[in-house]
Amino acid sequence: MSEHDPSDPISLHRRRLLQGMAVLPFTGLPGLSFGAAPPTAKVNTTGLAVTDTTVTVGQLHSATGTMAISETGSIQAEQLAIDQINAMGGVLGRQIKVIKEDGASDWPTFAEKARKLLVNDKVGTVFGCWTSASRKAVLPVFEKENGMLYYPTFYEGLEQSKNVIYTGQEATQQIIWGLDWANQTKKAKTFFLIGSDYIWPRTSNKIARKHIEQHLKGLVVGEEYYPLGHTNFNSLINKIKLRKPDCIYAVVVGGSNVSFYKQLKAAGITSAKQFLLTISVTEDELLGIGGENADGFYACMKYFQSLNNPNNAAFVKAFKAKYGPKAVIGDVTQAAYLGPWLWKAACEKAGSFDIDKIAAASPGIELKTAPEGYVKIHPNHHLWSKARIGQIQKDGQFKVVAESPSLIEPDPFPKGYQ
Amino acid sequence: MSMTDLYNITLMQGFAGLSLFSVLLLMGLGLAIIFGQMGVINMAHGEFMAIGAYTVYLSSVLAERFVPGFVQAYFPFAILLAFMVAFAVGWLAEWALIRHLYKRPLDTLLATWGLSLGMQQVFRSTFGPKEVSPTLPDWLMGSWSPSEGLDIPINGLFVMALTLLVTGLVMLALYRSSWGLKVRATVANRPMANATGINTRRTDRVTFAIGCGIAGIAGAAFTTIGSTGPTSGSLYIVDAFLVVTFGGAASLLGTVASAFGIAQTQSITEFFLDGSMARVLTLLTVVVILMIRPQGLFAARIRK
Amino acid sequence: MNNAFLTWFRTRGLFSWLALAVVLLVLFPLLLDSFRLGLVGKYMTYGFVAIGLVMLWGYGGVLSLGQGVFFGLGGYAMAMFLKLEASDPESTKIQSTPGIPDFMDWNQLTALPAWWEPFQYLPVALLGVIVVPTLLAFVIGYALFKRRVGGVYFAIITQAIALILTVLIIGQQGYTGGVNGITDLKTLLGWDIRTDSAKLVLYYVCAILLLLAILGCGWIQRSKLGTLLLAMRDKEDRVRFSGYDVAMFKTFVFCLSAMLAGIGGALFTLQVGFMSPSFVGIVPSIEMVIFAAVGGRMSLVGAVFGALLVNFGKTYFSESFPDLWLFLMAALFIGVVLAFPNGLAGLIDSHIKPWLARWRTAKAAAPMAPADPAPPPVPAAAAQPPEPSLPAHLAQEKT
Repeated sequence: MSEHDPSDPISLHRRRLLQGMAVLPFTGLPGLSFGAAPPTAKVNTTGLAVTDTTVTVGQLHSATGTMAISETGSIQAEQLAIDQINAMGGVLGRQIKVIKEDGASDWPTFAEKARKLLVNDKVGTVFGCWTSASRKAVLPVFEKENGMLYYPTFYEGLEQSKNVIYTGQEATQQIIWGLDWANQTKKAKTFFLIGSDYIWPRTSNKIARKHIEQHLKGLVVGEEYYPLGHTNFNSLINKIKLRKPDCIYAVVVGGSNVSFYKQLKAAGITSAKQFLLTISVTEDELLGIGGENADGFYACMKYFQSLNNPNNAAFVKAFKAKYGPKAVIGDVTQAAYLGPWLWKAACEKAGSFDIDKIAAASPGIELKTAPEGYVKIHPNHHLWSKARIGQIQKDGQFKVVAESPSLIEPDPFPKGYQ
Repeated sequence: MSMTDLYNITLMQGFAGLSLFSVLLLMGLGLAIIFGQMGVINMAHGEFMAIGAYTVYLSSVLAERFVPGFVQAYFPFAILLAFMVAFAVGWLAEWALIRHLYKRPLDTLLATWGLSLGMQQVFRSTFGPKEVSPTLPDWLMGSWSPSEGLDIPINGLFVMALTLLVTGLVMLALYRSSWGLKVRATVANRPMANATGINTRRTDRVTFAIGCGIAGIAGAAFTTIGSTGPTSGSLYIVDAFLVVTFGGAASLLGTVASAFGIAQTQSITEFFLDGSMARVLTLLTVVVILMIRPQGLFAARIRK
Repeated sequence: MNNAFLTWFRTRGLFSWLALAVVLLVLFPLLLDSFRLGLVGKYMTYGFVAIGLVMLWGYGGVLSLGQGVFFGLGGYAMAMFLKLEASDPESTKIQSTPGIPDFMDWNQLTALPAWWEPFQYLPVALLGVIVVPTLLAFVIGYALFKRRVGGVYFAIITQAIALILTVLIIGQQGYTGGVNGITDLKTLLGWDIRTDSAKLVLYYVCAILLLLAILGCGWIQRSKLGTLLLAMRDKEDRVRFSGYDVAMFKTFVFCLSAMLAGIGGALFTLQVGFMSPSFVGIVPSIEMVIFAAVGGRMSLVGAVFGALLVNFGKTYFSESFPDLWLFLMAALFIGVVLAFPNGLAGLIDSHIKPWLARWRTAKAAAPMAPADPAPPPVPAAAAQPPEPSLPAHLAQEKT
């Protein structure tokens, strides 16, 4: 019906007729805000929820359900960044208002709420999602309704969208350099790959296996997956003992982590006897695992709370001031913190809140104040970032023992690893 | 690969099976009483376990803050406390909810499912959405290594011992105490039990509460193996029901046997296959056996 | 039979069925914006499962906690077709093997698995939507009912099956899409299903199919089969001794409910645009039972309203009171079970209808049609709380 000129009487008639036939939903089309003040009309040409003084954004995470454990840190970090931006005067002179929606760890709910945020609330951007499954569920919605999503989690790659900025690492940024380090520094030649059974661990291990076999000329002596939430790893541990790998490469996520490390320790596999590298344990997970249970093992991330630089010192201080002295900050929490800042930078570079202009302006944006140091948006909408190796300490923090010499280029579709 | 290595791994694998067996048994024991004996489909069983786990967590926090010297010794007391808290909540739940539904067993399923949702939200509001794990005394951690290359997890030994103790006590109580007699009488024939002067309402309440209390103990014991979050309870519920159903609902011995069977199948297939496939295979075996033998391994002999 | 159907339509179904039709076909599309209407469309697909459960649980006395399995199978069958259509070589040319679904490529599959092949054709996929769930239900139902498994045991076994299927789907992600499910479905025979107009069309398709399904089930209820089901639920042995094959009847109604769930799943996939294992597992399966319980396990129309209401509540509460909504859901479940075992429909039957009847008889001094006795001839058992067919949990072995 929208191909008709609305002033065309026939079309009007038809429209009314259609309304009678229950097509009311179509009348809420954007572009009717003629009474808006000039500046708003200039920075907002697509009918987003922007007024002369405020801009509304959405936040879409799981506050309930199994994923709430992981997503709480991201919710807090995004809120902190938004508060700080508002205190500095907001974005393009407008204060940020947040609409929070709960995805409830349920993928269709994520899709439903994403649609609500974009269609009903007309938010300027959305900070949200955590798991790959939730991102996959909302991605078609964001592409269809032309919204913008800042996605914080390190993930499996194999994706690139105009409507998403990935502030976490894609798989190769986290895996390859870490494996090289294990191979060179720890002389690891044989690897046992362990993962929770879903797409990120499986894809990560696929990349790891290719790298180990083709580039390191090493050997993968085992590759195992356990259902999410699995709590009994004794048989697996016996298999590890049987195969005696130089390196256990662990991509176990969520609550399973706690059982995994407790049982490793109980079976006598400690850092004194065994080298273990993980890409799925951050300070957040260590809260549950307990530093003493994983003491001495290594993790490869782009950010650790113990990172020593002025940006990070200020960030940690502000985070603890807001959420209490016991709060910890993991890799994803930091990546989530980058989201609002990157969005602010993009809006200011574009001079507009329009999604298309932000998407076009994003590549090349630098953030010198990032807690992880310095980041830059790649044309593929991922971030250039460093990789770092941290060693788990008894107090649940990491000691940074190695750092990639330069920023690693994001490559979501790595050639030779697919 | 030397012979001693192989020997050690066989031993440890055997222990892994036994330790899974005790976990499953402890999980199923409370349910064997509530579901097996009373016929109440308690979908909130996992949440009662979570109550136990959170009680231990709370005790550990309190012990650390107020009596740091006590941290090495608080654990057994915390387990006792876990039993009492879960018992009390179970008592309350029976009074408020379950007693209205004895004649409608399938409806207990829906009501207790609602209960479990409510309890999850209580956990979330009280302890936050993140998973927690209590500080465990040092003597519970690590492994016991009788010879080179042989490591027996101490927490596994602990859970096993606790399971033996609790199972023994339950058996004793059910078959040698006057409470047990009343329970069995009520289960077998409620009107007749009533007629002989047994207060069946009271028996029901105590029985339900004891079942919940045992779930609390199970939850407390599991803090040595895994972590606790608001939704951890839902991880256990299917396993618990399968163990009880597979064993033959009304038979405690059946629960023991089925926990053993399921644990061995799971742990052996896990050793030779992928973890996910092992789980599918184990569940499938149980379901197929249940299809062939719906009364479970040990059927109670009841005259109709 | 035809006469019985008309009687049923006049006395019981006409009003509530028409009311539902008006609400779904006229009221909602007029009152709701496209976003909310899309939500209703999604909820309606659960309505299919709910009416299946009315037949199976309310009438057949068999509670299945595995309806999510059938919902999921129907949904996956549809999703497979749509995914294959979305994965033409042109739009998947960045993959190492163009022309296969993206998740297969990620999992290093280099060719379409043979069992995916038939789903390239829409008729096969549509057939799959109906046949696959029905067939599985037949296998499970026949094996269990022949051995006289019922009540709680049936519930727990179906629950275990739901768990098995979930783990299997997640574990075989090269073939199924894993946890993410099958996502990014775009077109149906070239017709873009993501547009607002397509969603509206799908909404109407869904509503009309749902209304037809209710009529079909209502017809079964009023037929001899329906009477037999009720008889079986209340006194299984007597029906068996009268020479009926109880197991076959139960299997039939189980298959019926599975088929309805499968159709619901397929419509869900079409409207939401993806399918994932989160609809197959234990939690969604129990929630589906709740829909039927809230609406009224004896009332087809009530069950649909139950599905709409619970889901509305879920959406509304989780938007407005994110911290409290689980409490409210909990209160809803417990309240319905304790206070209104027959759900909302039971509430109407026991309170509003007698009141209406009294009001009518008081007003109608004039002679009324004789065929309109005050309390409508509800199926006998609907008046009292439906006891599951097997009174005690142990009774399933009795002979």
